[in-house]
Amino acid sequence: MDIANALEIATQTSPGMVRSHNEDAVLTLPAYGFVVLADGMGGYNAGEVASGMATAVLGSELEKAFATKSPQTLDGNRTWAQVQLEAEIKRTNTSIYQAAQSQPQYAGMGTTLVCAVFYDNKVTVAHIGDSRMYRHRGGELACITRDHSLLEEQISAGIITREQARHSQNKNLVTRALGVDPTVEPELHDHDVLPGDVYLLCSDGLNDMVEDEEISMTLGALSANLPVCADQLIGQANDNGGRDNVSVILIKVKNAFPAARNGGSWWSRFWAWLTK
Amino acid sequence: MAKLILSMDNLVLKDIGLDKERTTIGRKPHNDIQIDNLAISGEHAVVITILNDSFLEDLGSTNGTFVNGQAVKKHFLQNGDTIELGKYRLKYVNDAPAAASAPDFERTMILRPGQTVKPAAPVSDEPPRAQTPPPAPPPPAPPSTAASPVGAIKVLTGGNAGKELELTKSLTTLGKPGVQVAVIARRPLGYFITHVEGASFPIVNGQALDAQPRKLIDHDIVELAGTKMEFFIKS
Repeated sequence: MDIANALEIATQTSPGMVRSHNEDAVLTLPAYGFVVLADGMGGYNAGEVASGMATAVLGSELEKAFATKSPQTLDGNRTWAQVQLEAEIKRTNTSIYQAAQSQPQYAGMGTTLVCAVFYDNKVTVAHIGDSRMYRHRGGELACITRDHSLLEEQISAGIITREQARHSQNKNLVTRALGVDPTVEPELHDHDVLPGDVYLLCSDGLNDMVEDEEISMTLGALSANLPVCADQLIGQANDNGGRDNVSVILIKVKNAFPAARNGGSWWSRFWAWLTK
Repeated sequence: MAKLILSMDNLVLKDIGLDKERTTIGRKPHNDIQIDNLAISGEHAVVITILNDSFLEDLGSTNGTFVNGQAVKKHFLQNGDTIELGKYRLKYVNDAPAAASAPDFERTMILRPGQTVKPAAPVSDEPPRAQTPPPAPPPPAPPSTAASPVGAIKVLTGGNAGKELELTKSLTTLGKPGVQVAVIARRPLGYFITHVEGASFPIVNGQALDAQPRKLIDHDIVELAGTKMEFFIKS
């Protein structure tokens, strides 16, 4: 199954109701099942530069990498997608960091990042900072990334509950970002993908303004028309105040997309046989 | 910066800025907020401040610490909370978002390891189960949707003729999945209908929609999947 035919992708981004600049950036490569979203930060327009660099550099490098080898190819005990995603995120970090060091107007810029590669009935997700990826499956919404933020650390440590965190004044403090240090540690995870799943990548401008239940309801009600769904999510964030830039990428899984036999692992062949 | 306003019998005694990570409250003189009264324990309570958030913790005081009338062991302070210790009141004021004149207040920022504020350890001698956190105050209501008048749809033709559907949710989908579906979104400026799926588009007052949302006005007639219905505002 061709990945571009198995997935339907829609994106939308808005500066919100308060900000004049949009420091978010989104990019999709449907032919390679790759999507990326970045939320930049830094003075003047440096945030836009950081998020724009992150999506552009990562997109072009991964396009090259996946053109030479398909994402599911094993490289040691990891897939090519995992190896390349991690390596290219680190290289992108270096590019942004060096630009920030060499250009005074870009000093201190950085960006969050959430990106995903869909291949062989699964998705490899990498993230840094507080941009999120959600999965809507069978009417249930689940956040499949965990923010690298002060709040999330406090929740993990049991200092505050998730409910209390919604009222915290310490939002928007990320503990990891791309381009602010010479090295970065992206967090990578693999998840199984089922036909009918809808995935949402978003900047904090969405999840800070719209409750998870509302997001879930919108994805459930409008999954038949992703562009309308994306517009509706942005509209909800802006109706609720739109205090930040807001961006979304929606991915709907129309069909299963097992890897071709010869390139797949014994497990994917077995899985394909099981689900025939 | 958040602060506590100390008062007794509605008489304000002083303001205490929460500029330290730990602000102690008690009868003994070494406390940051000393209240020399026998109802107050020597070390009565502590307020732990992490950047813009403050947490109140009772230090096993004899007479207990109350917030808004409820006894607390550990409490995440919210703007306007009133802490009661004996006859004394400490009002917690943290209007940072409103007061912050800097437009950058809500901007995402990077918390570098060097500036990490050590989060306070959770109460250790207390089994975590035992402390039921007090219910957090309800989140601020999303602006205006709740206040705007409620609309409804009345079916005019077909098997469901005469039925009414109140549009109280932020989204209501209408039609038959796979055939023709439209959605009515409830927004601060009113109700908007948008085509979702199907080859034919919904018809409003005899005119077919395009891909754009269309605002619904009182007594608009909507035709969807062969069924006519009327939109109206409930008084």
